[in-house]
Amino acid sequence: MEKSLFRYVWRHTKPEQFSILLIIVLAQVFYFLSLNIPKTIVNEAIQGRAFEKDAQGRAVAGSTTNFFAIDIPIPGFISDVGSIHIFDGIPLEQVPYLIALSLLFLAMVIINGQFKLNINTMKGRMGERMLRRLRYELFDRVMRFPQGHFRKVKQAEIATMVKDEVEPLGGFIGDAFVQPVFLGGQAATALFFIITQSFWLGMVAVGVLSIQIGIIPKLRKRVLVLGKQRQLTARQLAGRIAEAVDGAADIHANATSNYERADIANRLGRIFLIRFELYKRKFTVKFLNNLLAQTTPFLFYLIGGYLAITGQLDIGGLVAVIAAYKDLPPPIKELIDWDQQRQDVQIKYEQVIEQFTPDAMLDPALQAPLPEPPLKLNGGLMLSGVSAFDEAHKLLDGASFKLDGSSHVALIGPPNGGKEAIALILARLVHPAAGQVKIGDRDLVDLPEIATGARMGYAGADTYLFPVSVRENILYGLKQQEHAPAQYGDEEKGERERYFSESRRAGNPLFDVNAEWIDYQAAGVSGPEEMDKRILDLLPAVELDDDIYRMGLRGTIDPDAQPKTAAAIMQARAELHQRLSDPQIAALIEPFSRDRYVRNMSVAENLLFGTAAEADFAPERLAQNKLVLRVLEDQKLIEEFVEIGRQIAETMVELFADLPPGHPFFEQFSFIAAEDLPEFRVMVARIAGKGGAENISGDDRARLMALAFPYIEARHRLGLVDEALQAKLLKAREALAEALPEGAVEVYDREKYNRAATIQDNILFGRLIYGQAQAAERIGALIGEVLDKLEMRRTVAGVGLDFNVGNAGKRLNAAQRQKIGLVRALVKQPDLLVVNDATAVLDGGAQARLMAAILKLRQGSAVIWALSRPALAQHFDMVLALREGRVIAQGGFEELKKPGSAVADLLAAE
Amino acid sequence: MSLNQEVELLRTIPLFAKIEASKLKLLAFTSERLTFEAGQDLCRQGDMGDAMYVIVEGAADVLIDTPKGPLKVAELKKNEFVGEIAILCDVPRTATVTAREKTTTLKITKDLFFRLVQEFPQMAVEIMRELAHRLEMNNLRMRQLQAQQKN
Repeated sequence: MEKSLFRYVWRHTKPEQFSILLIIVLAQVFYFLSLNIPKTIVNEAIQGRAFEKDAQGRAVAGSTTNFFAIDIPIPGFISDVGSIHIFDGIPLEQVPYLIALSLLFLAMVIINGQFKLNINTMKGRMGERMLRRLRYELFDRVMRFPQGHFRKVKQAEIATMVKDEVEPLGGFIGDAFVQPVFLGGQAATALFFIITQSFWLGMVAVGVLSIQIGIIPKLRKRVLVLGKQRQLTARQLAGRIAEAVDGAADIHANATSNYERADIANRLGRIFLIRFELYKRKFTVKFLNNLLAQTTPFLFYLIGGYLAITGQLDIGGLVAVIAAYKDLPPPIKELIDWDQQRQDVQIKYEQVIEQFTPDAMLDPALQAPLPEPPLKLNGGLMLSGVSAFDEAHKLLDGASFKLDGSSHVALIGPPNGGKEAIALILARLVHPAAGQVKIGDRDLVDLPEIATGARMGYAGADTYLFPVSVRENILYGLKQQEHAPAQYGDEEKGERERYFSESRRAGNPLFDVNAEWIDYQAAGVSGPEEMDKRILDLLPAVELDDDIYRMGLRGTIDPDAQPKTAAAIMQARAELHQRLSDPQIAALIEPFSRDRYVRNMSVAENLLFGTAAEADFAPERLAQNKLVLRVLEDQKLIEEFVEIGRQIAETMVELFADLPPGHPFFEQFSFIAAEDLPEFRVMVARIAGKGGAENISGDDRARLMALAFPYIEARHRLGLVDEALQAKLLKAREALAEALPEGAVEVYDREKYNRAATIQDNILFGRLIYGQAQAAERIGALIGEVLDKLEMRRTVAGVGLDFNVGNAGKRLNAAQRQKIGLVRALVKQPDLLVVNDATAVLDGGAQARLMAAILKLRQGSAVIWALSRPALAQHFDMVLALREGRVIAQGGFEELKKPGSAVADLLAAE
Repeated sequence: MSLNQEVELLRTIPLFAKIEASKLKLLAFTSERLTFEAGQDLCRQGDMGDAMYVIVEGAADVLIDTPKGPLKVAELKKNEFVGEIAILCDVPRTATVTAREKTTTLKITKDLFFRLVQEFPQMAVEIMRELAHRLEMNNLRMRQLQAQQKN
């Protein structure tokens, strides 16, 4: 990238800059014309100079003048014709003439405005395009950073640079060339005018200007240094804040929050000093600028006056000079401002570019899309004399070996003895410093990244998951390049074409994010459906099938988009409910039914009888819901609710009175928080004193009513909801269902899939009955049984693939993340599978099982596996032992484990 | 069964006989009533335990794993309690308890148990009495075994 912002801008915007300049020149012509019109209106139209006049000096009625006559004046030195007559104009009387001139004035105003708008639009577009180009180029560079560089940079700092620090550049780029030309021209004209009037006064103006131009940049130097510091400290602050967020757990565990506070406060203090100093200096410069600008008229009066007195300058000339000088400072000031801004953005630019220019950046050609499908990588592997470093630490020291293209190879040895380095080199995460790595007859260094990315599967010790679904995370390994263009409708097509032409102008790539990026063909499947099958087939090998199935049970689907799945789940519901005839199962589930009160569900849930799609209708917020309260009023249920609330309050006061606040029972069992209990005690006593529920005040009523909503008859067993009340609540349920706004609640319907509820709830269509031992496990097993009978377990697991893994996969545990990483590597059916200790987070038994299953899947295809436990190497065709970066033994496991050999030592050490 | 009925039921259990009604109500409200089907395990030998059970209704067998398979060592009837060892001594369950018929229990968590014992020494005495009784039974059985071996 260019070191100078100006050269960078000029290279990419030359034609645009020229066209803007051209328009500015054109605009000046119209501007000059518009300045002349007011004079014509006053003199010719209003004062009537253009018309014949009567004795009172009024224009004679019927007298006309020609509007819009066009004469081009010819300067005397070309011809003495005076002017060339082009258009006679339209004869008009005084008032129409005034109207015509005024309209012309309006037209000029609009034209000038239009010019300004056009110029600003063009400048803005140019600036935004450059900003887009710059941001893209910076990101492109991030993609090409050598891996080691990522250890040195902080992600928050990189993000601030791309996002914030280059932003002011966009605004400036539009003005980068136009502004100085424009303002400089204006200033030069004024100065020239002054010199023509009086040489000496001109020299005074030039003198003062040169002081301005000479001194101010010197004063600015410190300002620039400060500006640099300000940018750097602010960026580091962003980095430190990100660190504090990332390290929150350790900060809490070590109680170092105050240390962090001290550090941030210290930084803020430094930033304050820098910013304040900057502010002071900026205003000092401003003050000086103004002072110099104001001294010039002083000198003009003094020197100009003296010249006038001594007769060397006429008074008119002096007045004209002073008037012309008025036009000189604003452009100069703006020019100085522009210069300030220029240096500011130049610093920002340099600072950013510096950070994005590490050594050993990847050659862009290595990442360019390939015209043909990538070639196979199954020609065997050869390392000769390969050394690699990580900072100053030696990873590999002249390692050499040869492997054939389909064998299963285990790499063993002490940690950091070289086995990991080989895996990293093959995955191209570490570049060999010396020696040669050959895959087939190709040198690995020269192979396009896409070729290895597509044909090699790599699973490292930690897998980064993007905050998308499990499925998309697995398919991430198949998105090297576009495979089929996106399909657009006619309208979108045009929009897309405009998008691409704009991308081209801003130097952005012409990749289409909506295109089909997944290489189904390389994975050996025909499309998404078959791909899902492939993934589901792979899950058992990494023992992830059960987890994904459970995620599926907790997942939701859109029955319109997946009618088949919804229908199948409805079938499972029917099947499960058929089994309710078995009393053992009936004892576990209380099914939903429109005309029955569900005792194992809260009062609120019974009223709602559905899944809330809007937060206002969530069961815990129902007591505040206006619509619900209105329905209760209509159904004459308010008194009942207040009474239930009163009894709950009474019981709670009685039961929990002696418990210390903060006792876990409050959270687990009480309807009333510990801190509210005294208030309720007073309330209960007051109500008892007043002789009954009729005299409860409005405020108390609302608080008591709210207690009734979470009450679950089967769980709390206070006997508050009897048959009569159940009947009334069922009526209220009906009334509420009719009053509900569209889409707020997905009402339970025996015959309909509930799109707001999870698959499990849809199958269950009822509530677990309280007090049944291991009810959840038994129901889980039962649902599994039903799904197995309908052969639907995989369908549910398919829904589980939609599970969003959360930020960096944090909604999954470490083992699950690693397993997804393995599936990501396996799903592309790579020519070479490289596993770098990817199963280390699993327990020993699971490690061995996973390894066996994966090796079975990979029969006939190459596997290179860096193992942390040498004993596992017995399942491989060949074993390579590495220590201190060197290959110390190579061969079959049986052969190598003979007593006294290096492998025997490793095994003994385990 | 409503809470008040449950309190009445608890009152008939000797372990809780001396506890005042309001505390019994708290016990009933905060402890879970768990129903086990015949053949279901209340607890399994070797698992970590966090609760004891009072049998309110039904009956259960206490089984110990031996090399020859499970060995029934005791029977539990209504009003008896089980599972106190694991929560008293923080050791894994020492036996498997299996419901012989449909059995209703009161599940008393570790927290609740210690609270009750602290507040109602009477209950502690009741538990000690039961434990002493069980110890005596074991001693008796040991003597019988020794006698058998000598013969």
